[in-house]
Amino acid sequence: MLAPKTQKKRSVREAQPRAELMLRLQLESNPQALCLVRATLQCATEGMHFHEADCRAIVRSVDEALANVIRHAYEGRGGLPIEVTCRRLWDETDATMPCGLEIVLTDSGVAADPKKLQGRPLEEVRPGGLGLHFMKESMDVVEFSRKNGKNLLRMVKYLAPSKPEEKPEGE
Amino acid sequence: MQISARQSEGWVIFDLSGDIDLAHSPAMRKVLLGEIKEKHTAKVFLNLKNVRYIDSSGIASLVEGLKASRDYGSRMILYGLSKSVREVMELSRLQKIFEIYENEEQALSS
Repeated sequence: MLAPKTQKKRSVREAQPRAELMLRLQLESNPQALCLVRATLQCATEGMHFHEADCRAIVRSVDEALANVIRHAYEGRGGLPIEVTCRRLWDETDATMPCGLEIVLTDSGVAADPKKLQGRPLEEVRPGGLGLHFMKESMDVVEFSRKNGKNLLRMVKYLAPSKPEEKPEGE
Repeated sequence: MQISARQSEGWVIFDLSGDIDLAHSPAMRKVLLGEIKEKHTAKVFLNLKNVRYIDSSGIASLVEGLKASRDYGSRMILYGLSKSVREVMELSRLQKIFEIYENEEQALSS
């Protein structure tokens, strides 16, 4: 089953949580590198105690984003630089628990066509165009921008709140 | 990703394992389309029991296979979907488009 999106938290937590660098990966635009990034992200998300389905959602989103960079921004050319930066996000009100994970992908490829960043209707049964849809469905924030000749993709996934029975009594 | 084939008169089972991602989906696409378009196999089964991960390029290859099977009058049948693969099918809203069975026994008797 797909994990429900954490819609309620989004508006509250968009109020600039503190970000702490967790991981920075520098890789080349080689499809063979994708399995290494997936394995790394799987460990990172499990370590942050994301729910199992959310771990898969984050891994899937980063994988799809990297595939888009390789296929579209770099037009299938190998050996070109991509950086993946992961930061833990902390709520200002609770310094003991991270509230989410921010992932920023940076590449120096061609600028994305804004029309293509809208996605496509899923009623059309045809190959292609699903990656962006997967990212938007799986993550709480997906933002594209271009700065100093580079493409930036920022994605955020918030940690789902603990179930009530997991909290100690008296809280 | 690894692909091996078991075949008999009029059908073939492709046993896939590992990850079907951007690096490996072209190989699956080639095998699948070759079986449908060139060999005109009537029933093409894809055993996905040991597929840990599939990305949108893998799903796109399956859609191409499905379209080819419709064009060439054959059937493409999937079975043994893991939680991860099923999740991606749900996300792409394609689970009703494909012919999907729980296991090999059900798929073969379909």
